[in-house]
Amino acid sequence: MSSAIELHINGQLLRVTPGTSVAAALYLAGDGSSRTAVGGQRRAPLCGMGICQECRVTIDGQRRLACQTPCTAGMQVESQP
Amino acid sequence: MNADVIIVGAGIIGAACAHGFAERGLDVLLLDDQRGGATAAGMGHLVVMDDNPAELALSHYSLSLWRQWAPLLDEGCAYRNCGTLWLAANEDELAVAEQKSTLLDAEGLGCRMLSASAVHEAEPMLRPGLVGGLHVSGDGIVYAPNVARWLLAQQPQRIRQQHAQVSEVSGNRVRLCSGEWLSAEVVVLATGSARELCPELPIRPKKGHLLITDRYPTRLRHQLVELGYVSSAHSSAGTSVAFNAQPRPTGQILIGSSRQFDSLTPEVEHDVLARMLQRAIDYLPSLAQMNAIRSWTGFRAATPDSLPLLGPHPSQPGLWLALGHEGLGVTTAPATAQLVVNQVCKQPCAIDVTPYLPQRFASAEQPA
Ligand SMILES: Cc1cc2nc3c(=O)[nH]c(=O)nc-3n(C[C@H](O)[C@H](O)[C@H](O)COP(=O)(O)OP(=O)(O)OC[C@H]3O[C@@H](n4cnc5c(N)ncnc54)[C@H](O)[C@@H]3O)c2cc1C
Ligand code: FES
Repeated sequence: MSSAIELHINGQLLRVTPGTSVAAALYLAGDGSSRTAVGGQRRAPLCGMGICQECRVTIDGQRRLACQTPCTAGMQVESQP
Repeated sequence: MNADVIIVGAGIIGAACAHGFAERGLDVLLLDDQRGGATAAGMGHLVVMDDNPAELALSHYSLSLWRQWAPLLDEGCAYRNCGTLWLAANEDELAVAEQKSTLLDAEGLGCRMLSASAVHEAEPMLRPGLVGGLHVSGDGIVYAPNVARWLLAQQPQRIRQQHAQVSEVSGNRVRLCSGEWLSAEVVVLATGSARELCPELPIRPKKGHLLITDRYPTRLRHQLVELGYVSSAHSSAGTSVAFNAQPRPTGQILIGSSRQFDSLTPEVEHDVLARMLQRAIDYLPSLAQMNAIRSWTGFRAATPDSLPLLGPHPSQPGLWLALGHEGLGVTTAPATAQLVVNQVCKQPCAIDVTPYLPQRFASAEQPA
């Protein structure tokens, strides 16, 4: 697919179609989880609409909501720790 | 009689009183309808305040009791002796810091003035240009809802908890919404405000907004408070905001605070929140790059002189009050419990209770 967007999730290269959200990309790249809660459990996107705050990831060094952020070329997404 | 003591309200004040009575060997029945109060909404800063001598006496005494609890509290209570850094943005505020320093020093409280560069060294996240500050070393923070739970768990054989809404109090008797009347030697009202159960008492709700960030690698070490807060905290009309930031042990930053008398709805008001955040960003510019995950509001129970009501109801024998702790009830909970329990048990109090007696408002009371 020539129009595919390339980004990195935890250092791994992923290709997605334009318009894919980072939350969707997390599922395409692995188990879909976004972060580790203060108690140590992994958490994943829940509401998909910017309310629950469960989908927080670090994108290019800034904390962002994965469900509210479209993938763009060259993005570095970190879901760890 | 359903118990030696019935306490209405299981916030930090009701819980501390229950703990205090149970320690004296009395059986306590604690009633709460779990509507949620200030304890779950507030900031949990343990801070010596000195706006008047009675406030200083109460908060100082209470901080000494907090330090006795500190080694016993569990991890969930999140006690930290982080100290308070009062920030002076101009020469006037620096003069306030110096007065404060003299007052606290005279009380034997550990504090020291910091130069502009020392403030910056202590908290590099702060904007440049502040003129100085005052570090108060004995202050701290807790997570108040868990302290309330911890207090009740210390005396399980003496404290019975019941989920019930109280619809009426009359001396040493309370009526539940089911219609049932309960009675005890002593009833203590610890419902924060008293709008429903004792509307004659002069307590008004003062709304406050708070906001918390995501977790970040620890950047702040002290609770930070602007000295402009001194004028904002006790103004009796309108809406004011003042910078107040707390480093949570999780790496989050808890940001306060607003004060408004004219709003009774719990909704977050975006104009007030925006003003509060703008103030916070003025002091901590890098906050603007951080992610906020929640904002909410709570109501402080404010009395005309900003001091709580601790003691017998002016006209209802058997009914005792532990109400109206405004923005300082987490700090003053241990002292409140001691002053109420000692009065009920007719034992001497560690500090003079006169300034907190509900009787001081008796003349203002409107007969029903
Ligand atoms: C925004 C904000 C920030 C604050 N920051 C600080 C701070 O940094 N430091 C500090 O020391 N203090 C702070 N405070 C103040 C502090 O939180 C309060 O003073 C304290 O929590 C009051 O505790 P309480 O037990 O009296 O009341 P509450 O916590 O309100 O408890 C009252 C209880 O009574 C129950 N109840 C009420 N009516 C009935 C009824 N009819 N029947 C049965 N149950 C009933 C409620 O369910 C509730 O559990 C802050 C407050 C706010 C709002
Ligand atoms: S999934 Fe709820 S905020 Fe993103």
